[in-house]
Amino acid sequence: MRGSIRAFVTVEDTGMVTVSEIQVEEQFEDLSPKTTFMGMISLMLRKQPLGSFGAVIVIAMVFMAVFAEILTSIDPEDNNLEYMLTAPGEMFFLGTDQFGRDLLTRIIYGARTALFVGFTCAIIGSSLGLVLGVASAYFGGMFDLIIQRVVDVIMAFPLIILALAVVATLGPGVENVIIAITIPFIPQCARVVRSNALAIREIPYIDAARALGFSHVRIIMRHMVPNVMAPFLIMLTSFLGQAILLEASLSYLGMGVQEPTAAWGLMLQGGAEEYAESAPWVAVWPGIAISLAVFGFNLFGDAVRDTLDPKLRSQ
Amino acid sequence: MSTTDAAVRDDAQFRGTHSDEVLVEVKDLKMFFPVTEGVFIHRVVAHVKAVNGVSFQIKKGETLGLVGESGCGKTTTGRCMIQLEQATSGEILYQGTDLTKLDSQEMIDYRKKIQIIFQDPFSSLNPRMTIGDIIGEPMKVHGIIDDPTERRQRVLELLAKCGLKANFAERYPHEMSGGQRQRVGIARALAMNPEFIICDEAVSALDVSIQAQVINLLEDLREEFGLTYLFISHDLSVIRHICHRVAVMYLGNMVELADCDELYDNPLHPYTQALLEAVPIPDPDLEKARAHKIVKGEIPSPMNPPTGCVFHPRCEKAVASCSQNVPEFREVKPGHWVACTEV
Repeated sequence: MRGSIRAFVTVEDTGMVTVSEIQVEEQFEDLSPKTTFMGMISLMLRKQPLGSFGAVIVIAMVFMAVFAEILTSIDPEDNNLEYMLTAPGEMFFLGTDQFGRDLLTRIIYGARTALFVGFTCAIIGSSLGLVLGVASAYFGGMFDLIIQRVVDVIMAFPLIILALAVVATLGPGVENVIIAITIPFIPQCARVVRSNALAIREIPYIDAARALGFSHVRIIMRHMVPNVMAPFLIMLTSFLGQAILLEASLSYLGMGVQEPTAAWGLMLQGGAEEYAESAPWVAVWPGIAISLAVFGFNLFGDAVRDTLDPKLRSQ
Repeated sequence: MSTTDAAVRDDAQFRGTHSDEVLVEVKDLKMFFPVTEGVFIHRVVAHVKAVNGVSFQIKKGETLGLVGESGCGKTTTGRCMIQLEQATSGEILYQGTDLTKLDSQEMIDYRKKIQIIFQDPFSSLNPRMTIGDIIGEPMKVHGIIDDPTERRQRVLELLAKCGLKANFAERYPHEMSGGQRQRVGIARALAMNPEFIICDEAVSALDVSIQAQVINLLEDLREEFGLTYLFISHDLSVIRHICHRVAVMYLGNMVELADCDELYDNPLHPYTQALLEAVPIPDPDLEKARAHKIVKGEIPSPMNPPTGCVFHPRCEKAVASCSQNVPEFREVKPGHWVACTEV
């Protein structure tokens, strides 16, 4: 509570001090203060400085991906053999690669590929994991047992090995890369969500919903899913960085996005193998882009986790 | 609704009258929870006999109290009656239909007629839904009122019936006090126009002044809608205030069943006597002067209940035969049933 006290004090001849009037003005602060947009930003900067830094990177990446055509007028797939392997300079800010393509343009367009794959995989993977995890906890018994053993099997593989196996089966290409990255995400999310859902299943409002004769689908979607949103969002944001890194790894290994599409992993591969010494810029810029993006998404994800669920902080 | 005249109202008048038609009948209900061992193959090593052969009837418009200490199976009995637990054996007849034999689709019709109010008002409401949604959802799902405006009207009407202001409909459960939440729980139960409501420790989590308000609300609603209650509680004074008949449970068994006044004035079973003895007298001098008969020992494990009469190890009237013969639950006086051979 803020306020001010105004007192009218008179000093009389006798030396006595009398307080004739006291006005107390109380200014009750609104219980739900309407914070301004700038206020929210400054609060976030103070509470989550690293997370804000991550958010800036994420926003910059999204901006790059959305406005790629405006930011650069060059076609990312346009070969310009006159200017092969030009060093960074006035004409090409970040230099060109072995086909004379502008690296800055390809980095900008590469953000589009990375974000598309990252968001698609993270959203689909975590959403399927969410439904599976909640259903597994809700039904319990044999259903839960089978789902959890399947999850165990999938989680026994390292992410990249499983993704490689899926791409090796389906063949390369953006769609298959998305499938390959999504599949290992599902059990990860399902496991975390299930543990939360198990606790929620025992809370009486789920009994109340059952007593009211609601269908299983309604109980899962309306009563359980909204209450496991915190772990779900945490998994979702942590998947974003992982998906970008996995996509880059698969592309680097030649099993992911194919030439001539602009993708960071692919650019790294083309540059690192032959030109590491003669033209290092070909590999350095996509490498920095991947590192920054993953760093940014991870910082942002950690900030989301800290905000939503302080209990998970130690993990 | 007036809330202050609870104590002034005469108990008998308060309870009103009821008909003789039997609404719910529970016959030899048993609920055993398996205790399993083993990592891969779950071997059943024992059963927790939460409810072990309980029978009673509830007449239309009546309030039956179910008392007993923690873990005696009173809540499990209630949960079995609304099919939140699948009873191990026994029948639950609702107007002659055995609920234990219905599949989930057929059960939906009965879910509209039977409702439950939970003990803990803080966890029985979904924290992500507004009060209006919580009360309106059952009407929407079961197509009782399809039109959103009409449904909204009905929600406000139910809120008003339960003594809540209309603007509560927009609020979330965490913005309300325990008593207010419990009223929401009652309003939700009423949304389906039920005939029979199981109040599972419905007032135990509330403080005493709020308890009185909620009990009066339940009574007013019973009179208005002709409801029938199964009132599960461990609070003997609350039970005395609201119930027509009282059943006493001990370790999964029913030990005594009688009209409310008869049970309180003339308890026959030694356990009931001890239970009533334990109620403190709100006068320090009298309380100091009277001799306390405290039941000795601990309540036995429901996994391995005593043979014969379950109460015999703690009973002061026990004779040798009590440890062998299971006492029959018999009618010693009209309407007064007791499971004790020594009465």
